[in-house]
Amino acid sequence: MPWMILIPLGASTLSFLLGERARWQLTAAAVAGQGWALAGLLMQVWEEGPQRHPVGGWGAPLGIDLRADGLSATMLTMTALVGGFVSVYALGCFSRDRAGGAYFWPLWWFLWAALNALFLSGDVFNLYVTLELLGLGAVALVCLGGEPGALVAGLRYLLAALLGSLAYLMGVALLYGAHGTLALDQLGLLVRPGIASTVAAALMTVGLLLKTALFPLHYWLPPAHGGAPVPVSALLSGLVVKASFYILLRLWFEVFPAALTPAWAQGLGGLGAAAIVWGAWHAFHQEKLKMLVAWSTVAQIGYLFLLFPLATSVAPAEAALAWSGGVYQALSHGLAKAAMFLAAGSMIHATGEERVESLDGISRHLPLTLFTFALAGMNLMGLPPSGGFIAKWLLLESALASGQWGWVAVLITGALLTAGYVFRVLRHAFLPPRPDARVHVLPGYMELAAFALAIGSLLLGLTATFPLTLLEVGAPFAGVRAMP
Amino acid sequence: MTQDAWLPLLVVLSSLLTGIFIFFLGEQRRRTRSALNLAGAIGKLVLIAVMLWGVLHEHHYETRLPLLPGYDFVLRADALAMLFVSLSAGLWLFTTIYAIGYLEGSPHRSRFFGFFSLCVTATVGLALAGDLVTFVLFYEMLTLSTYPLIVHRGTGEAMHAGGVYLKYTLTGGALLLLGVVWLNHVAGSVEFAQGGILAPARQADRAVLLGIFALLIGGLGVKAALVPLHGWLPVAMVAPAPVSALLHAVAVVKAGAFGIVRTVYDVFGVELAARLGVLDPLAWLAGATIVYGSLRALAQDDLKRRLAYSTVSQVSYVMLGAGIFGPVATIGGVAHLVHQGLMKITLFFCAGNVAETLGIHRISQMDGVGRRLPWTMAAFTLTAFGMMGVPPLAGFISKWYLGLGALRAGQYWVLGVLAASSLLNAAYFLPIVYRVWFLPPKGSWQTGKTHRYFETYPTLLLPALATGLLALAAGLFASAPFSPLEWAKLIADREYR
Amino acid sequence: MIGPSLSYALAGVALFALGLYGLSVHPHLLRKVLAFNVTGSGVFLVLVSLSQRDPGTPPDPVPQALVLTGIVVAVSATAFALALLRRLYALTGKTGLDDEPAP
Repeated sequence: MPWMILIPLGASTLSFLLGERARWQLTAAAVAGQGWALAGLLMQVWEEGPQRHPVGGWGAPLGIDLRADGLSATMLTMTALVGGFVSVYALGCFSRDRAGGAYFWPLWWFLWAALNALFLSGDVFNLYVTLELLGLGAVALVCLGGEPGALVAGLRYLLAALLGSLAYLMGVALLYGAHGTLALDQLGLLVRPGIASTVAAALMTVGLLLKTALFPLHYWLPPAHGGAPVPVSALLSGLVVKASFYILLRLWFEVFPAALTPAWAQGLGGLGAAAIVWGAWHAFHQEKLKMLVAWSTVAQIGYLFLLFPLATSVAPAEAALAWSGGVYQALSHGLAKAAMFLAAGSMIHATGEERVESLDGISRHLPLTLFTFALAGMNLMGLPPSGGFIAKWLLLESALASGQWGWVAVLITGALLTAGYVFRVLRHAFLPPRPDARVHVLPGYMELAAFALAIGSLLLGLTATFPLTLLEVGAPFAGVRAMP
Repeated sequence: MTQDAWLPLLVVLSSLLTGIFIFFLGEQRRRTRSALNLAGAIGKLVLIAVMLWGVLHEHHYETRLPLLPGYDFVLRADALAMLFVSLSAGLWLFTTIYAIGYLEGSPHRSRFFGFFSLCVTATVGLALAGDLVTFVLFYEMLTLSTYPLIVHRGTGEAMHAGGVYLKYTLTGGALLLLGVVWLNHVAGSVEFAQGGILAPARQADRAVLLGIFALLIGGLGVKAALVPLHGWLPVAMVAPAPVSALLHAVAVVKAGAFGIVRTVYDVFGVELAARLGVLDPLAWLAGATIVYGSLRALAQDDLKRRLAYSTVSQVSYVMLGAGIFGPVATIGGVAHLVHQGLMKITLFFCAGNVAETLGIHRISQMDGVGRRLPWTMAAFTLTAFGMMGVPPLAGFISKWYLGLGALRAGQYWVLGVLAASSLLNAAYFLPIVYRVWFLPPKGSWQTGKTHRYFETYPTLLLPALATGLLALAAGLFASAPFSPLEWAKLIADREYR
Repeated sequence: MIGPSLSYALAGVALFALGLYGLSVHPHLLRKVLAFNVTGSGVFLVLVSLSQRDPGTPPDPVPQALVLTGIVVAVSATAFALALLRRLYALTGKTGLDDEPAP
């Protein structure tokens, strides 16, 4: 388990020291190492159930306990898949931009280490530290270009991230003051409804919502995700926002299930619904392709929060459905959005223009990339056979079973709104090419890396049984089941 | 046994894999592409022939793969599935040959044939789907794979048509999905069953069942072009002729109609549907669509637009058959699924020939075309008569059974609808027939695709003649074994057992 | 009676609120960074106040460890923010976020 963190951390240091040299070899070795460590961990979790590892043999409370259950394992797998393919893409992307590459690789490996550490953390403070590391790494990546626009976006992001993590830390302080422990599982046993837990929950939730960019706290996301270099956008939209969502899941279903009242849950769901509409509306009206994809992330994040109202105050079976559906949405969106950003990046690189209007006739030059974009879009719309469809199916089933028709309407409308902006891009691809269009060639492996991610999101829809069973290992949604 | 389990999947894969290969084929690899296309189409037909033989010898073909915990991806070859599969695979072969000739020299052919294959894959998948999840999967795949075909030309009109098409069909798909999820919640299963999935859930709340029925029919009715959900179909005729032919005869419109037949018989079960009182409204809707479509067809001068409205009208015969309780009407409706497919594809092939060879798109310019394109126009005339329901052609057979079924069910108004439809059909087809054979040509025609011996490209003419002959045979030899009518009887027997 | 721990905690909460206020109203980036540090100090003060639960007993080491870690994080974040800020100022001469950067 510690290898999951040590390998990317080591790769970060090495890539900083080695610079330009041996980049391919280092990347290949580190990605392979990640795959190996992850495979081992998956086997263990699958066969033996949840795992624990006291770092350095110290153990809680002064040492750090790592732990992995089904949810962690699934998130780690998504990270490895997205990270691996984005790395391949980035090798091509930064082979021309040497200065950018010199900063990108150490930062990216560092970000990966932070992500893995976050998904393996078993206590609320360690989650804070990893979240902060993640935020700093992500901001640094956004500022990679160094031009004023990127700096402004980065600073905006940085301030939002810092504010969010301080609010979260205040919540941690209150929790420790009230219960004298930081471990998630112990807190879950101790927390009772009351003023202290409500204030702590409120602070932590608001802090994390700011980091997850849920409407109306999403203001920092589009410029940051839309302005960053392409591989960075893919990583931020695909993975980084999922990390704070993951902490929210852990908190609400492991620490605060007792405090998760319907009012909270419906409120979160309402914000999610607003995000779906608001994000889709803006995505539809963006001129630049990457901004469209970035706004789409705002909308898709909204879907994740529908799981709160659907999993609260309902029968356990329905809650479990909603919970799995929400997590599945996070997984499939991770893969699909990364694929979509990479595909968008390929199109922008090939045409040399950023506007959606300049994509006319791209189907002729980049069929594979267009196909990638279409597959990813299909996933976002929740059309079968994609992971997004499975997520939507589970959420719909849960909503119908518990008779929450309002959320049914949100789910259906959201899918149609998504179709609106996805097809806005696709339709340009089918128009005849402009006479003055010049197309630059792109290394084939870059297109293939994006395509592989899209195929991954499709496979998530075709082989849903394994991930869904894996998710249940260690019953991370035990909190849901305990509710009346 | 294992072979029996894989055959339905192979049938679906035979065009899926061809399609994927074709996507990545260079634009100039014309021969390879054509060979792949034909190999896929013929391979599929062979597989289906094997399956037909097997179904007759009581083999049970079913592919089952786990999709979600509790749901499987199921492909199953029952009698109704085999009817639709044979129709789509057969017509695919003809349309492929036609499209190779039609698109010669035009750009983006790899893209076109790639999506064309995906479209057929979706149709065949729909036909073989053994449960509603699988059905929805292919239903949406059909939507996505036809969009690029409709906008293929990339003109403003085509893009607009594509947009309209998506608005209708994606909304329809969403309704269908909602209906399916709800159904699953009520019935606990989504697998098609003879006599209906809902048979065990008979006691469920009537309002809930009505809601599910409305959602399913609403979702499917969009593709089946039931009035008032038909708006996309006449717009979508800007697509290239082979696409229109496929869209109107087998792929999209029929997928909707087929889905409605499935819903009535294998989801609700015809008895439950009758008790719920949903059959009559369905029949009325179908009747209204029949008359409305014909009336609108009358007013069109654009040949393909007239044919498009004619489709709106004719496809509703299938729903009419489903909406009248009793085996005889069922036979008529199900047989029309095939009959209309054969006739309409021929008509669209002919319209495409006229446009490609002589550059004529409007009916008012068609004077004397029969002299220049006698074979094409002979096929056109024959199938137009079939559409009107002239005995002993295929359309007559369908109408006969529909009328007889309506009489048995005491639904006398249906006879009125059928009579009106025949008259209107005559009113919009006979003037064309008169024009092409009996009026002298006005001025000279531009020359498009010509050939030394044939009146146009053989790849354009022969498919039209072949499907025309099949349509003729379906009527003349209606009581021969394996005719569409006999299959329809088999299906009806099983549903009313 | 208000014990020393509680007064620290209350002061911490006050600092936290003050910092949040500063972070939201000041357009100047340097002031924002400073406000962030005030907010952070508030949180740390609350944490430290937690370590001494009952007078006379040895203090709980865990919050101290947390504060130490927190300070490290806050310092690096501040350094990073300042670096970005300097770079932005050098490039555009701007010290705030609201006006659009010069093209």
